[in-house]
Amino acid sequence: MATRDAPLTAAETAAPEPLPAADARQSALTRQRLRSAWLFLTPMIVVLVLVAGWPLARTIALSFTDANLADLSARQFVGLLNYQFLLTDPDWWRAVWNTVFFTVVSVSLETVLGLLIALALHQHFRGRGLLRAAILIPWAIPTVVSAQMWRWMFNDVYGVVNEIMLWTGLATEPWAWLADPQLSMAAVIAVDVWKTTPFMALLILAGLQMLPQDCYENAKIDGVHPVTTFFRVTLPLLKPALLVAIIFRTLDALRMFDLVYVMQGNKVDTMTMSIYARQQLVDFQDVGYGSAAATLLFMIIALFTVVYLMAGGIGREEKA
Amino acid sequence: MTKLLGRLIFYVLLVILFVYTVFPFYWAINTSLMSGSELFQARFWPPNPAWSNYVVIFQEQPFGRQILNSLFVSVAVVLFALGLAVLAAYALGRIQFRGRRLLLFTILGVSMFPQIAVLSGMFELVRALGLYNNLLSLVLSYMIFTVPFTVWVLTTFMRELPKEIEEAAVVDGASPFVVVTQVFLPLMGPALVTTGLLAFIAAWNEFLFALTFTLSSEQRTVPVAIGLISGASAFELPWANIMAASVVVTVPLIILVLIFQRRIVSGLTAGAVKG
Repeated sequence: MATRDAPLTAAETAAPEPLPAADARQSALTRQRLRSAWLFLTPMIVVLVLVAGWPLARTIALSFTDANLADLSARQFVGLLNYQFLLTDPDWWRAVWNTVFFTVVSVSLETVLGLLIALALHQHFRGRGLLRAAILIPWAIPTVVSAQMWRWMFNDVYGVVNEIMLWTGLATEPWAWLADPQLSMAAVIAVDVWKTTPFMALLILAGLQMLPQDCYENAKIDGVHPVTTFFRVTLPLLKPALLVAIIFRTLDALRMFDLVYVMQGNKVDTMTMSIYARQQLVDFQDVGYGSAAATLLFMIIALFTVVYLMAGGIGREEKA
Repeated sequence: MTKLLGRLIFYVLLVILFVYTVFPFYWAINTSLMSGSELFQARFWPPNPAWSNYVVIFQEQPFGRQILNSLFVSVAVVLFALGLAVLAAYALGRIQFRGRRLLLFTILGVSMFPQIAVLSGMFELVRALGLYNNLLSLVLSYMIFTVPFTVWVLTTFMRELPKEIEEAAVVDGASPFVVVTQVFLPLMGPALVTTGLLAFIAAWNEFLFALTFTLSSEQRTVPVAIGLISGASAFELPWANIMAASVVVTVPLIILVLIFQRRIVSGLTAGAVKG
């Protein structure tokens, strides 16, 4: 992270001040560079406004109307009515609870497992390259494919998961993984953990490899127990990298759609906020109401992002 | 003795980890090679391996067409995103101007947009442009998650190149566009491959927009096709076919990822840890 901070700070101190005693040729060059900077940025800004800014603004605007998917132009302003219905709909609150539960449990498991795997991969052992390649496989498999693969493995009658559980004596009768409301959320979380822990492990491993080695040598010489070294040295040093990884995963989990949708469809037991919003929007054709749900989800994520960016920004200024 | 035991436990755990990560895909391959009632006995290897499921998926639905759809969309998205990102990254990484930091954080913010938040607005846009049930709607909408990411990673890359690289060209009077295309682009090969590959994977895997903006099975991309495969009866899905289709679209991806593993890991960490 240090490599990034230095240029940014240098830029901040240099950019706003006009260069003193710069000769005419120099400033002409600077002006040319500034002009081309904006010229080069324009295509990207236009595209981002078109595909992100404008649709987001339209979604928010539509959330105050009774627009219908069949004919979006025939709509009337209904004020906060959609939000009023939304906040009193138990299914919405169920979706909020499902999403938060899914996020907290899966991100926690992924962090702990990812940390353990990263620590293991940080050791020297035979076959490390093979294992590092193997853990990329779940990450490389498309989410929809993972969902279908695990749906088959979790099949209550023919699934291999039940087969193994019966065979090892972990269960005495097959479990209805995907039908049982108690089990279906666990099944979804298990698949997400399988799929995303490698990503987490690799991010954490990259963080581990950037840690200074001298602390460890000192700890070794002083005869500190490895577990104590982990909690006293590794974990505090790793915290920034770990936090970034957790935040990325949390934002991803909060908008979860594809994995749960393919495994469970629109079932209430596992419905996330994204699935709820899409069902209203597309299946029930209620664009106004669905947009209100989408807007609320956006605001939750935006709040989380702003808090994160501010925390990151403050950290940076302290260092500078 | 305890050291040996510890080593043994460590290796056992590593083997469990290996099986845990690889087994589901092995199981998909295993299932895809079975036919008839064989797959209902949970065998750990196919008794009579057969390719028939692979033949069936190309006959019963336009799966070949859908693979081409996915390829077209993903390649187009990568080319557009990289084109936009190289220019933007030069400006953001090499030129100091007011509002640069704000712009960088805005781009990072966009990469965190939940797709559902733009869905109705995007739907309206897609319809207004007459692109509903057209692959171009996906090329357009996928910019929302590929452009911020590629810009961010390429900016990090550009910033780390030494200053001397462009100085000679600037002294010779080269325009900024020439500097980007003649000086930086040749140096950016590895970074372009990494970010391009990550953008390709993201586009190849996308589901929500593809599910919403396309309707006919001729316009579907692979994830939607696999997500929506259904059988003759609602209760028994053609699992062997689904697994065969899954293997077909996943094997190239796994090969790519294994070939480029080091670059992918460094690309991901440049995008996330440094971001």
